[in-house]
Amino acid sequence: MTDVVVAGIGQIPVGDHYSLSLRSMGVQALNKALHDSGDLKPDALYIGNLLGSTLSHQANLGALFTDYARLGHIEAYTTEAAGASGAAALRVAYLAILSGYADTVAVLGVEKWSDVTREEADALLSQELDYDYEAIPGLNSAGEAGLLMQRYLYEYNLPKDALAGFPIQAHANALNNPNALLRKSLTAETYASAPMLSDPLNLYDGAAYADGAAALILTRRELLPKNFPHPIVRLLGSSVSVDALSLHDRRDPLAFNAVKTAVESAALQAGIMPVYTDVFELDDSFSIYAALTLEACGFAEKGTAWQMARDGLLAPGAKLPAMTMGGCKARGNPIGAKGVYQAVEAVQQLRGAAGPNQVKNARIALTLALGGPASTAIAHVFDRVETR
Amino acid sequence: MENKQTTNTKLLRTNRKTGIVGYGAYIPRYRLPGSEVAMVWTGSEKGSPVKEKAVAGLDEDVITMSIEAARNALLRADIDPCELRAVWIGSESHPYAVKPSGTVVAEAIGASNNIQSGDWEFACKAGSEAMVAAVAMVGSGMANYALAIGMDTAQGKPSDALEYTAGSGGAAYIIGPAEESVAEIEASYSFVSDTPDFWRRPEQKYPEHGQRFTGDPAYFHHIESAGRTLLEELGAKASDFTYAIFHQPNPKFPMKAGKDLGFTEEQIKPGLLVPVIGNTYAGSSLVGLSAVLDIAKPGDRILLVSFGSGAGSDAFALTVTDRITSRRNSAPTTAEYIARRTEINYATYTRFRGKIDMG
Amino acid sequence: MENPRHWRLNKQRYALVGEVCPHCEAKIFPPRDVCPECGGEAKNRFGFSGKGKVFSYTIMRDAPAGYEHNTPYTVAIVALDEGPMVTAQLTDLGSEKVEIGMPVEMVTRKIREDVEKKGMIIYGYKFRPVMQG
Repeated sequence: MTDVVVAGIGQIPVGDHYSLSLRSMGVQALNKALHDSGDLKPDALYIGNLLGSTLSHQANLGALFTDYARLGHIEAYTTEAAGASGAAALRVAYLAILSGYADTVAVLGVEKWSDVTREEADALLSQELDYDYEAIPGLNSAGEAGLLMQRYLYEYNLPKDALAGFPIQAHANALNNPNALLRKSLTAETYASAPMLSDPLNLYDGAAYADGAAALILTRRELLPKNFPHPIVRLLGSSVSVDALSLHDRRDPLAFNAVKTAVESAALQAGIMPVYTDVFELDDSFSIYAALTLEACGFAEKGTAWQMARDGLLAPGAKLPAMTMGGCKARGNPIGAKGVYQAVEAVQQLRGAAGPNQVKNARIALTLALGGPASTAIAHVFDRVETR
Repeated sequence: MENKQTTNTKLLRTNRKTGIVGYGAYIPRYRLPGSEVAMVWTGSEKGSPVKEKAVAGLDEDVITMSIEAARNALLRADIDPCELRAVWIGSESHPYAVKPSGTVVAEAIGASNNIQSGDWEFACKAGSEAMVAAVAMVGSGMANYALAIGMDTAQGKPSDALEYTAGSGGAAYIIGPAEESVAEIEASYSFVSDTPDFWRRPEQKYPEHGQRFTGDPAYFHHIESAGRTLLEELGAKASDFTYAIFHQPNPKFPMKAGKDLGFTEEQIKPGLLVPVIGNTYAGSSLVGLSAVLDIAKPGDRILLVSFGSGAGSDAFALTVTDRITSRRNSAPTTAEYIARRTEINYATYTRFRGKIDMG
Repeated sequence: MENPRHWRLNKQRYALVGEVCPHCEAKIFPPRDVCPECGGEAKNRFGFSGKGKVFSYTIMRDAPAGYEHNTPYTVAIVALDEGPMVTAQLTDLGSEKVEIGMPVEMVTRKIREDVEKKGMIIYGYKFRPVMQG
């Protein structure tokens, strides 16, 4: 079987890019990734995006970005899986190469958030919920996380600030990421006195949404340019799993079964055990999602993942480095672009190019992007090819 | 040739005997003390004619409140909602100017499509007017059951005297065959005239009123004419009744009208809710009746006289039946709704009632 | 506007009318074409009692557009006595503290209304603390 490798990565900082349009953001990220790959020519472009057709009134992104990035008349379209849209695009790219249909594929995750008010954008984002049965009763994404957190604190009899370790770790990591939205540290005191967003979920338990664009160039290993300057990073496994769309339709909403299935399946394809992961770019859109993810993957017993964060086990030099560039919480949550940012960050780690947050000898990286509260979970496993 | 007079020219009495087979109250949870209104507009906590008034919550309106009252009435009637042939709501606060409240309520309570469902408007007597129609419908044999509701989220202009009292609440009545009833309807009589004491033009948020003109020529003249005529035509006197309920815009008017008709405080007080829930307009006399039915004994006679500005009164004479004791505990009582109470301040009240200009 | 999409749900929203599976007797809400329990065709109407218990809840302080004038409001997952769970607002809370496991009952309330008060009012199920003991 052919080795699918990541030849190029590119990202723009996550933030409020008032002066950049959806198309400019995407083209900038694509150009960086293409340049990083040694100017490979993709046969296809897959785009992860959730809100373009509503918030920006712009669909048909395949035609838009191939035109503006001057990629020629190649195959191109959008994949949508809510917050996992970017990871879905990556998976489609992977499958396209594995199938033999394509040789080099570009992946773009792009999201425009800041063009409308927060309330308007939030209402559009509520599309990722069950609209008739969750959004119409007045719930939004943060509310879903609030429901999960309330139940989690109740079942395990935990204090309100039990999950503080996740955002504190994320903020600490973002200090060293020039592409992060929130480059400031967070203290336990600040967390404890934060205003509530969706009780018991406070302001720091939810990642801030923002504009972002990140891109990857995948190719067959044998097609890498001569004198390819980076360590070679392979994509070894890719899996998507889904759960009931509504939380209320799950037997155990705290189980995050889709995460378990997606991660185990991707790891199996890669021929590794999840515990061998050196870097875990998990989805901390909300603190509770990070906790439930670690428990679903078997990194922690049920009701204890919060201790891993509290005890610093998720720090870059610790047992399971996670959210190494700030995670969604502090790098920012560019929604449909999230999965591609995670892959870019995983590749940075495996290349040894992660700067001060570099995980030493990182060889295997796992990424996990969620659409909704793990209604969709998409996992990818990358490794660094040991050179002679 | 002479037409044989078959009907009394005053009394409304059906050939087929009818009665209330189920009733249900609804009063929202929130209470605005009169002292809050007084403090805002007079700088003193004194001067309110009522202790407090019931205020609908942000998610309530005449439709939602009618649904709950109707469900309570159905619980007490213990009938299949598909047997209803009318779902009628009388109100000054229908949520739509054009689009019936009744169809929403009918759908929510599981009534069939084979019903009459127009809304009624006659200021504060819209609900009792609907009741007269329901009695006629059942009495004629056209229907076995008809639902009439009087419900309001009453409007009162900020700083106006009405703001102390304009409250939210009402009651629902299922009219059916007398033999299934908790209270038999002996007869009713209605008295109306063109009297401009209180009105609200379309597009206007708040009603206008004639201040003291709302008293003698309007409220008292119509209530007393209707009540007196009904008693005369029935050959009854005030002391024949255990309870008397009058439309209650404030505590004084019904007490005075009742006394003018020969009733005592003891007969009037059990149905006098205005001091604790305010004037619920089209719901006012009907929710007073539900409070009385909650405590009445078989054999008790009840006089009910509504008043609607513009103006008119419907007077009913009822006799409580044995079934009241077995039926009334099937749904929350009026007193339970009154006891379910959360006090709010004037600021919250202005928000709940949509008095804040959201731009 | 979207009147048809809301109108077609009137019955289930106003009164919590779902289905009972003719094959396995599972009570289903909202109505589905396929029984989530046994996979059989689900189509028989079933009216839920409206009684249930709070499974979890959250207080919405930062609401999406269309709901911002109602904050703060409480949304809960309610486990209905007949089995399924639903997401709905809790209402009429007064000063009562919500707790997981608290018994609640269904009421029909306004779910959404445009601020200009021009459009259709959406009515639907909410839950409140049980009134009668």
